[in-house]
Amino acid sequence: MFKDITIGQYFPGESLVHKLDPRIKILVIIFFIISLFFVDNFYPYIGILLFIIIVSKAAKIPLELIIKGIKPLRFIILITFVINVFMTKGEVLFYLGPLTVTKEGLSTAIFMALRLGFLVLGTSLLTLTTSPISLTDGIEKLLSPFKKVGLPAHELAMMMTIALRFIPTLLEEADKIMKAQMARGADFESGNIINRAKNLVPLLVPLFINAFRRADELATAMEARCYRGGEHRTRLNELMFDKKDIVIFIVMILYFGLIISTRYISF
Amino acid sequence: MIIDIRNVNYIYNPNTPFEKKALNNINIQIDEGEFIGLIGHTGSGKSTLVQNLNGLIKPTSGDIIVDGINLTQKNANLKEVRQKVGLVFQYPEHQLFEETIYSDIAFGPKNLGLKDEEVDLRVKSAMENVGLDFESLKDRSPFELSGGQKRRVAIAGVIAMKPKVLILDEPTAGLDPAGRDEILGGIKRLYEKEKITIVLVSHSMEDIAKLVNRILVMDEGELVMDDIPKEVFKRASELKKIGLGVPQITDFMKQLKSKGFDVNDDVVTVEEAKEEIMKYLRRKEDV
Repeated sequence: MFKDITIGQYFPGESLVHKLDPRIKILVIIFFIISLFFVDNFYPYIGILLFIIIVSKAAKIPLELIIKGIKPLRFIILITFVINVFMTKGEVLFYLGPLTVTKEGLSTAIFMALRLGFLVLGTSLLTLTTSPISLTDGIEKLLSPFKKVGLPAHELAMMMTIALRFIPTLLEEADKIMKAQMARGADFESGNIINRAKNLVPLLVPLFINAFRRADELATAMEARCYRGGEHRTRLNELMFDKKDIVIFIVMILYFGLIISTRYISF
Repeated sequence: MIIDIRNVNYIYNPNTPFEKKALNNINIQIDEGEFIGLIGHTGSGKSTLVQNLNGLIKPTSGDIIVDGINLTQKNANLKEVRQKVGLVFQYPEHQLFEETIYSDIAFGPKNLGLKDEEVDLRVKSAMENVGLDFESLKDRSPFELSGGQKRRVAIAGVIAMKPKVLILDEPTAGLDPAGRDEILGGIKRLYEKEKITIVLVSHSMEDIAKLVNRILVMDEGELVMDDIPKEVFKRASELKKIGLGVPQITDFMKQLKSKGFDVNDDVVTVEEAKEEIMKYLRRKEDV
């Protein structure tokens, strides 16, 4: 069950995409998201799709792994689709009981569903090709100019590193506790929604207790090694831009600039 | 025969870079009333194997038949299997969740749909079996107890389901010697009293030698030895090669023999060693 969750999962590799400076990757994904929300018709989606396919091919990530990332969000996408189909006014295509399906509704629904899908696919490319450590390093560096106005960039990055680090641990633990309770006859898969929620108690209570215990132990272990964040901390691997980072960055700005411009220019 | 494992393979994360073959063509037959020790280096596939035995995970290929039920079939009644095969995970005290010890142990029996009186009886006998006092502890929170006691509560939770086969995955890991003896003593009493089948996964060769009557040795997902303890511990050098050892007393007797004392070195417990040394000394007196 938990094996299906691929959000935030890292897929190790040696490709150009993997080796790119994390700051560049984060910025490119931000451009990706911005341009995705500027798109107002179907054609620029080809460009978005092309970006996803090229990057995943270059990173040698199997397409099914990326697509699996949408699975946990299928209900959100479905709800968006349904609401848009029925709530948009326009040229009536057909009636479904008291509801009407319009031509505009159908097209907006598909458009929105695609937008959400692309959003997940694109952002999961970032986490799939960037190890959590370099990801948080990148975020810390990108946020460091804001330190002057009191933003605790290092502490934020450290919290994220720890959070990301413990996602697999917690999933594994949840899986283990679930199995242990199933071995005692617990049932997590059937029943109505209230019963299901009730049945989660034997999973959630131990999970929370263990999470707090772990947090406590980690804090002690960090203090025992004299950790204190912020000023004067040096790092083993300093991030450095090289030529390929800059070239790719410029190409990507132009690429997404072009996609954004389709909103204002009619061909 | 209560458990029949035939040509079982298990692969984690198939078709990804994390792919790992955890079980490679395993064949094991277990009879009712056996006390089996399962040993192997970390990552040898022991835990994967025991999780297969009650349908928590299903083998990639092969068949597992438990008391006449083929687990690998799609419509197998897994609930029934899980009642027959009780599995105690590593660090089982991490799964406690109820407010009182009584209700935590009663969780399993209640899931079986038993009547309250029967649940009551089972909780009582399970607590007795692991050496916990029913009256003084039943209404206390499991989280107030010591590590060893917590673990016994968790084990009682599985015993209370009255399984035909009890599997324990390193039940003594991280406990002090007293806690370890209490748990192993409880398991032994249970075995003698209820005549159930037990599979004990352990890293302690001493515990294994003291308790079991058959040893399975796993290495890199394969079953490499399957014999009575005496025979398995004769192959000390092979065991060493796969990161395991023999009981210290066996090692001691081997060294004694190599130093020129004419003793029988295929002993696995301190008791047997004592007998052997006494025999040797008497022989010497006679000469």
